[in-house]
Amino acid sequence: MSASGGIAAKKIRRVVKPASRPASPATSLIDPVDSQPPRWGWIVVARKELADHLRGARALVLFIALALAAAIPLYFASTRIRDAAPAATGAPAVFLALFTLGSTDFPILRVNAFVGIVAPLLGIAFGFDAVNRERTERTLPRLLAQPIHRDDVINGKFAAGLAMISLALVAMTVLIAGFGLFRLGLVPTSGEIVRIGVWVGITILYVAFWLALGTFLSVVFRRAATAALVGFSLWLIVTIFGGLITSLIGGLVASTSSATTIDAALRAAQIQQLISRLLPSQLYQEASIVVLDPSVTRLSVPLTAGQLDQAQQQIPTLLSLDQSLLLAWPQLVALVGITVVLFAFAYIRFLRQEVRA
Amino acid sequence: MDEPLIQAIGLTKRYGSRTVVDRLDLEVQRGEVYGLLGPNGAGKTTTILMLLGLSEPDGGRARVVGLDPTRHALEVKRRVGYLPDDAGFYGDLTGRQNLRYTAALNGLNGARAEGRLDDVLERVGLTDAADRPSGQYSRGMRQRLGIADALVKDPSVLILDEPTIGIDPLGVVEILTLIRHLVTERRIALLLSSHLLDQVQATCDRVGIFYAGRLIDEGSVADLGRRFGGSRSRLAVAFEDDRGGLDRAAVGRILGSIPGVLAVEVANPQDAEQSLVDPLPLGTIGWILELADDAAIPAVRHELLRRVGEADLPLAELRQLVPSLGEIYRRAVEHEAGAAAADQASVA
Repeated sequence: MSASGGIAAKKIRRVVKPASRPASPATSLIDPVDSQPPRWGWIVVARKELADHLRGARALVLFIALALAAAIPLYFASTRIRDAAPAATGAPAVFLALFTLGSTDFPILRVNAFVGIVAPLLGIAFGFDAVNRERTERTLPRLLAQPIHRDDVINGKFAAGLAMISLALVAMTVLIAGFGLFRLGLVPTSGEIVRIGVWVGITILYVAFWLALGTFLSVVFRRAATAALVGFSLWLIVTIFGGLITSLIGGLVASTSSATTIDAALRAAQIQQLISRLLPSQLYQEASIVVLDPSVTRLSVPLTAGQLDQAQQQIPTLLSLDQSLLLAWPQLVALVGITVVLFAFAYIRFLRQEVRA
Repeated sequence: MDEPLIQAIGLTKRYGSRTVVDRLDLEVQRGEVYGLLGPNGAGKTTTILMLLGLSEPDGGRARVVGLDPTRHALEVKRRVGYLPDDAGFYGDLTGRQNLRYTAALNGLNGARAEGRLDDVLERVGLTDAADRPSGQYSRGMRQRLGIADALVKDPSVLILDEPTIGIDPLGVVEILTLIRHLVTERRIALLLSSHLLDQVQATCDRVGIFYAGRLIDEGSVADLGRRFGGSRSRLAVAFEDDRGGLDRAAVGRILGSIPGVLAVEVANPQDAEQSLVDPLPLGTIGWILELADDAAIPAVRHELLRRVGEADLPLAELRQLVPSLGEIYRRAVEHEAGAAAADQASVA
């Protein structure tokens, strides 16, 4: 009697058990929990990081840097647009000139060029201490002991940095556009608005590349200061001395001055261009100018003397946006490619790292 | 008995050619406090990281709440509260904000999370400091916050790496009481590592002695005491001696003549071999009596009291000497090192 009662009790327990347990791999040891791990762990990380960014001094620096990037070139651009405005009435894409015109003496003082220099710095600034700061503050073991995937940490930090910079870039662009509208009385066409939007998108992509680089450095270097210095040096090499270095190398490999025929000169120029396009900054500048200036119809050095001839005889035309995008497509794909590769490196490195130093 | 909540079978970790954890076997049951004791660098933290799935074992396997921590990482981490060695916090955030982040990472949000935060902060006694930036916390407060952090997820298993470091003596007692209470109340399994042996002695149901990546021995403190504290039992007896009038030789003779007492020596607080857990009262002179085993204690004690009464000696204290965990540990390691040296010698 008592034995059968025991069996009955056992049976009941067996029936009850699975119902009170979560559906995850069932062993008798898994206690039910009152909350499931977040489905998107990276969002939790990103939210916290974004809050940190907004609180921190870095955000201030970001906004000041981009405000300068907008204000200084805009000053030059507005005077030139004003001067040229009477003659340019009805001229196409005047509004976009806000972004592409600047000081005639200093070609760097144009919005798109200036942003091309500042944006990478911001990318590094928001990435260089992403992971190593967690190490030095000794929060990494605690963070990784929470029920999120390890890549959620790096993804969340990347997303937060990108969101932050994107926010500032959009704000800057809106300010410039507003200045054009109200101060200069320029009214953008819908096509111009779309082009500006695309340009912001390309700039965000470019920032993403540098942010990925910063994140990679933060994984590789245990000390934030080292990562910052290395990042800064890379920025200096690529953005400031990049043109100089690639033209030097190009000159060594294929000198245009020593070329005797047009074809030889063109070939040398092609090689030089190929080398310069190894730099992400060059890719960005090319894509950026194509999108902002619809009158740019070609980026590459002509392949043959015939093409050169054609180009010189070409009647100036404006490209539609899809044609411009088609022109800049290889540059964009290359930018996406190197960003993804860099991020993947950071990712793999982080996954394989020991939690302890 | 239930399946253990924490289980390691032949767990091994190598860094290059160095074996940091060597074929470790370990089990911690529900409602049990297990102390992993060993010096710095013995492999305690590495073991813990493997149990959490934060470090990949090179051999053997780990099971926590019945799951493989590397394969079912999220299920395991959701149920394991972990206090790392020297835990850090985001200094700009307050203690509460730090805990809120942990709660969110465990899927706890809103009012339920806030209630939990209040509860764990209260438990560790940080309610008043909860809204100050954690960067201003003292080491002890950070440690308490770390324990609160491990409790936020309401874990089934708690792993605390050096939980008492940096906390003042009163705080240690408080924390250990809290830990003990949690284990009995919630029936969780607790693994703690420490090199401050005497502090955790009273809290652990079982301890494992960890040395150079290997578990030398494990068992309750009493078991280990019998194994490493020598087979003989010892009694400490002390007499008041305010004015120095006590005839030491005579007392020694009386004590030595009690049947069952094998040896008598004067207690010396400086002598580590005697390993007095608590020093004898001030103004007393003590003797240590060696007996054959624990079974001899009642008879000896009875006879001793009778003779002390006859001689009218001013008895101040009479107690059994239990080897401290520190003492056990020292002997176990010596024993192990001796065995290793003997191995080497035989190889040579």
